[in-house]
Amino acid sequence: MTDAATATRSELLSGLAEVLAEVAGTPTEKVVPEAAFDADLDIDSLTMVEVVVACEERWDVRIPDEALEGMKTVGDALDFIGSGAAT
Amino acid sequence: MTAAPAREAVAITGLGVLTPLGPDVAAFSEGLLTGRSGVRLLDEPEFADLPARLAATVDLTDRLERVEARTLDRVQQVALVAAREAWADAGAPEVEPERLAVVVGSGIGGALTILGQDAVLREKGPRRVSPHLVPMLMPNGPAATVGLEIGARGGVHCPVSACASGAEALAVALDILRSGRADVVVAGGAEACVHPLPLAGFAQMRALSTRHDEPEAASRPYDKGRDGFVLGEGAGILVLETEAHAAARGARVHGRLAGAGLASDAHHVTAPDPSGAGAARSIALALRDAGLTPEQVGHINAHATSTPLGDLAEARAFATALGSHRPPVTATKSNTGHLLGAAGAVEAVAAVLALRDGVVPAIRNLDDLDDEADVDAVRTVARQHPHDVALSTSFGFGGHDVSLVLTR
Repeated sequence: MTDAATATRSELLSGLAEVLAEVAGTPTEKVVPEAAFDADLDIDSLTMVEVVVACEERWDVRIPDEALEGMKTVGDALDFIGSGAAT
Repeated sequence: MTAAPAREAVAITGLGVLTPLGPDVAAFSEGLLTGRSGVRLLDEPEFADLPARLAATVDLTDRLERVEARTLDRVQQVALVAAREAWADAGAPEVEPERLAVVVGSGIGGALTILGQDAVLREKGPRRVSPHLVPMLMPNGPAATVGLEIGARGGVHCPVSACASGAEALAVALDILRSGRADVVVAGGAEACVHPLPLAGFAQMRALSTRHDEPEAASRPYDKGRDGFVLGEGAGILVLETEAHAAARGARVHGRLAGAGLASDAHHVTAPDPSGAGAARSIALALRDAGLTPEQVGHINAHATSTPLGDLAEARAFATALGSHRPPVTATKSNTGHLLGAAGAVEAVAAVLALRDGVVPAIRNLDDLDDEADVDAVRTVARQHPHDVALSTSFGFGGHDVSLVLTR
């Protein structure tokens, strides 16, 4: 487990790519900061919950549902997980 | 006896199965004709304490994408595999989505998901429960999965009648096609509940064979030494079409579903009516629906689960419904175990193959025919027997009686 607070943004990105590959079979090269979870990566709302749970376990953080609403892109997720707000 | 006027038969243009005999229809057919068994001893540790540790399982290795395997219960997975085979076998018919329907039954539904996620809830808490839990556990999950796969917008249905579910699905499909509500219906049954809890429950009913020293001899319908059924898993899916639709696209027709009869015992929730009266009524209704007489039945694919009471009640039903006529009887469960809600559909596929090939498979393990079973049981080797009409019976806890009449 990597500490979200000390991980670099590229470490978070590669970690999220691994999560998406595992949970949704998303090709790693598609996981870029500007990619939208729904439109670009075809992640539906149920799968997004799985992604969130996997991220919580991976980085030992808590991503509340309110934060999830603003998390439209891969970059949004990286911002939140790396911000220290996810505790 | 004079037959009633026949109602329209429908064409069977696609067959798909995933059974303990192998990955597809070809393996199923070969396994029936050579008399293989798909039953094994469950030697994994979680089954160690069970009084009955036999099952007939399927191999899903490399049959699905990883994401499909994560988000679909095993019962949905087996349905999907069989549906893909059936749909491809039918030549992936071009049909308006609004004229395409699905009817896939299951006796138990997504039991493995319920049990697995209950363990997650207890060990890790509610935030670790899968968001896919509900669509994975719902009994209509297999039907919904198949409907999504083929893009069916003409209705997706899930009859639930325990071990008659797969046969009832075909009866419902027949109704849909005859009433003009669809041109093509993908129909069948699926089951996957090999887990210590259902096994413990069936064992407490004293319904399961405990012939642990000879797993492949455990499922033995009509044999004097039978001591219960063997739980199996798998799926059977058929593509049904109106004759007009099949003819218009030049489809290859494997056989026809000519009639269905549904009745109920109102006797006991699990025990069969010893007289077989409800079962006999379902047979008579199916023949009347097909416009055929008892004497025209060329072979029977019996429900015959290998339980002491059930096999005899069914044999009495044959005598009641068919009079003195004794067509050859086969029992697919001697090879596959009891696939519960998938059984009726898998056995309908077996009946279509027997009609098509003119060969009735032998009942495996029938060494010593029960004196009370007044049937012409096919024994030892498959019987060459060209014929035009098959009867397939399915009965379920709850007193459900479903009979299907299939023709060439």
